[in-house]
Amino acid sequence: MTDVAASRGFIPKLSTLSRFTFVDVVLWALRIGVIIVVIGGTIGTLIKARYGAAQWFDFLVFGVTIGSVYALVALGYTMVYGVLRLINFAHGDIMMTGAFSGYFVASSFAESGFLDTNPFLAMLGILAVAVTTSTVIAVLTERLAYRPFRRVRGLAPLICAIGVSFFLEQTFRGAFGSGVRAYPDPKWQKNTLDVFGFSVPLVEVLVVAAALISMLVLYVIVQRTRMGTAMRAVSEDSDTAAMMGIDVNKVVVFTFALGGAMAGIAGVCYAFVFKQVYFFMGFTPGIKAFGAAVLGGIGSVPGAMLGGLFLGIVESVGPALFLDGIGITAPYQLRDLIAFTLLIMVLIFRPYGIMGERMAKKRA
Amino acid sequence: MSAVSESPPVHRSSVEGSPLNRALRLGLVFGAIAVYVAVVGILPLMDARWIVVDVVSLGDATLIAIGLGAGAAVAARRSPGGTDGFLPLAAHALLAGAVAGGLLALLAIAMSVLDLRPIFIALSPVLLETLTFGLGVPLGSVVLIVSGALLGVLGAALSLGPVTIRKPILIGLAFVLFFGVFQELIQIMMQFGEVIGDLRETIFTWEGLNPTGAAIIFVLSAGGAYLWTKSLRAQLHEGMAHLSPAQQSHVRTLKIIIGILLVVLFPIVAGPYIGQVMMLVGLYVLMGMGLNLEVGLAGLLDLGFVAFFAVGAYTTALLTADSPHALAAWTSIPSLSYWAAMPIAILCSVIVGILFGIPVLGVRGDYLAVATMGLGEIVRVIVQSDMAAPLLAGAQGILQIPKPRIGNIELSDPVSLFYLTLVCSAVAAYFAWRLENSRLGRAWMAVRDDEDVAQALGINIVKVKLLAYGLGAAFAGLAGSIFAVMLTSIYPSSFQLLISINVLALIIVGGMGSLPGVVVGAIALVGLPELLREFGEYRYLFYGAALIIMMRIKPEGLWPSATRQRELRAAAGELEPDEPQTAPAGVETPSFATQGLEK
Repeated sequence: MTDVAASRGFIPKLSTLSRFTFVDVVLWALRIGVIIVVIGGTIGTLIKARYGAAQWFDFLVFGVTIGSVYALVALGYTMVYGVLRLINFAHGDIMMTGAFSGYFVASSFAESGFLDTNPFLAMLGILAVAVTTSTVIAVLTERLAYRPFRRVRGLAPLICAIGVSFFLEQTFRGAFGSGVRAYPDPKWQKNTLDVFGFSVPLVEVLVVAAALISMLVLYVIVQRTRMGTAMRAVSEDSDTAAMMGIDVNKVVVFTFALGGAMAGIAGVCYAFVFKQVYFFMGFTPGIKAFGAAVLGGIGSVPGAMLGGLFLGIVESVGPALFLDGIGITAPYQLRDLIAFTLLIMVLIFRPYGIMGERMAKKRA
Repeated sequence: MSAVSESPPVHRSSVEGSPLNRALRLGLVFGAIAVYVAVVGILPLMDARWIVVDVVSLGDATLIAIGLGAGAAVAARRSPGGTDGFLPLAAHALLAGAVAGGLLALLAIAMSVLDLRPIFIALSPVLLETLTFGLGVPLGSVVLIVSGALLGVLGAALSLGPVTIRKPILIGLAFVLFFGVFQELIQIMMQFGEVIGDLRETIFTWEGLNPTGAAIIFVLSAGGAYLWTKSLRAQLHEGMAHLSPAQQSHVRTLKIIIGILLVVLFPIVAGPYIGQVMMLVGLYVLMGMGLNLEVGLAGLLDLGFVAFFAVGAYTTALLTADSPHALAAWTSIPSLSYWAAMPIAILCSVIVGILFGIPVLGVRGDYLAVATMGLGEIVRVIVQSDMAAPLLAGAQGILQIPKPRIGNIELSDPVSLFYLTLVCSAVAAYFAWRLENSRLGRAWMAVRDDEDVAQALGINIVKVKLLAYGLGAAFAGLAGSIFAVMLTSIYPSSFQLLISINVLALIIVGGMGSLPGVVVGAIALVGLPELLREFGEYRYLFYGAALIIMMRIKPEGLWPSATRQRELRAAAGELEPDEPQTAPAGVETPSFATQGLEK
């Protein structure tokens, strides 16, 4: 690992410069290329001045909205990874199950007019059903698919998780159809709020508020309750935790349930922002949220929250800010490109994430 | 319970509880499977396919199998020392079958009472009618429960019966199933000659197998199986043992030659549709061998594999197509023939493979899977975008790619393209086989088993890993280039992540690091769904289930490589696990070593 490992920090030590291999050259070219695109694009866009302040504000707010959804999903990845060292590949699909079950409640509420007459209760009902569904499915996947792999190392658990992801998607496709279903779009959600003189759609405010509240609740659970303490202990060292009398099985189930609940909320939020559900909808946000979890330092709860928000903002502002400036046509098609590039850059150059180093130092 | 005694993976066979409880639980499990199959919509599709015309459909057979399975599972899981007679066991099997049938009956009742159709699209009135045998819900439910119970008992009886009887029956049923389900293809094959034609008319009606035909096939195959196990097999083995080693190797060569002849001649006999299917299988075998080098030998889990496939296809298209996007249309590069474009396509794939590998050199294990998947998605997003449209035609795709020609013959029909694929696969398989046993192949395996140790032993990790990506990509590029001429037009939407998962699934089902395994996996995961066309949209459900089940039951695959088998056998002796890793992230920890999949 010498050359590669040494160059993995942002700035290599001087001594390694003497053994600069072509691999390092490529990696540096990659870094510099990305930096040039970011800076050049930003300058280009600012000179062009195509977007007004209101538009930038819109991008930002949308970024925060979608970012808080990513953050909710990322929490599930990070907690499960912390406890089991497993990438729960199917987590995005668990979010999809929440969105789907929420859809059936929402559309029946919309039909009966309940969603318009009593929006608060209706939203609570939708969320409750979505959270229940995805929590149950998350716990079931743990019990039926992941538990046998608890102590298995190597690729098998990840491959099993990929299988679970496909299984969930295709089950929903078979049971509920492959078409895209439109989420109800009640009138009150189209209202806008006035923030600093800019108008913000009410949905986005609601989504951010719901995400923040759930994250706060989760943070309290993880930091203050007995179960949360047990969770942190298991993710620190599961064998020692077991010796201290912690029931690891229970903790794992609890972790999956908590992650599933967050994914359920995220699913409903995502569906209300994009106004549609279909069986494959969980895949891309799932991968991006994993990226967010790594970005924040996998295993770290606040890291996942920050990582999600950061990813959302970069993804939303990025196409206009970085790509428009260098004259790329239709930069919005490349939104995913920005997110995936960020994901790969993090995995390659900073796999311990933003908060990861602090955690590592604390432990040392 | 105290967590100190946290048990290793729960073994199903050691589930505690009284036999009655166990029977109940098994009944619920099998019933849940039946309900799942119905709700997901596979059952209605299966009902449309007859095994024996107007007697048994594939759907019926599935439900019967579930009932029998419930009984058999009860019989298989009796208490180890239990010497109790058949009667109590039969009672438990009866219960399990009845519970399974009862769950289906509940589904039927729910369907008749509630309007589930707007939510579950598969629960149609037709399904309700078939589920209740057209007898109406109340009576139908009773029949469901009773027949479930009877099937449970039958299943238990079958699994307790002597092997010499059980095996022929099962083999006979399997043959009937095979002939019934694939009747269309078999009928096409039986259209030569009068004798065969007459035979076809006795066995099949126009729609499928008739009852007489089913009976004939059952008797013949079951009888054959009975004789085979009873006497023929032993005789043959004895005969083989008497041969000298040289003669034995002759026999082996003869077998191989016959096998090759079968593969070569089969599509001619079976018609263009089979040719098309076999060609697809061949393409996936090619890709599977490539990914096998990466995952199976070098242990680099690559989910962006489809990118190399896309590069091969696009290079071929750009070099040969008769379209405004082709390079010949706007540069001075002449329009090439397929044979000139193919090597270039492979070369481009290799270059992309190496470029793809460099950034992820230092990423290991699970992170590598996600990183490669991200790279693959980036390639797709770029190809699909308007940004690259002037070059790669964006979502409209590149059309009018000419078919390859040999002299004046155009390889246009599926069968001739199949031969092209077959030749390419054979050459590629030879390379893969030689690579596996080469110095490089052993280096890959060393890297797979422990990267740090491998490096300490003087293996140049960077070179070895990049070669794995590059050579793996070469196979995919070749497959992509054939894919382009097969379709004569390519669109970015053909290069989804699903293809990567598809290829991964087939090498896992077949057996990682095993060449014959790749073929077996491709036939099972690509050929079979293609033959059962109406289930095409359920193939990914099947893949997902296959991945989970294979990892759980048979991580070494259906046709494991000899090395892997040896490793597993060696590992079976020692006990598991190392301590779980404690480092926060996966990069610096060596424990992500992708050593075997075994427990």
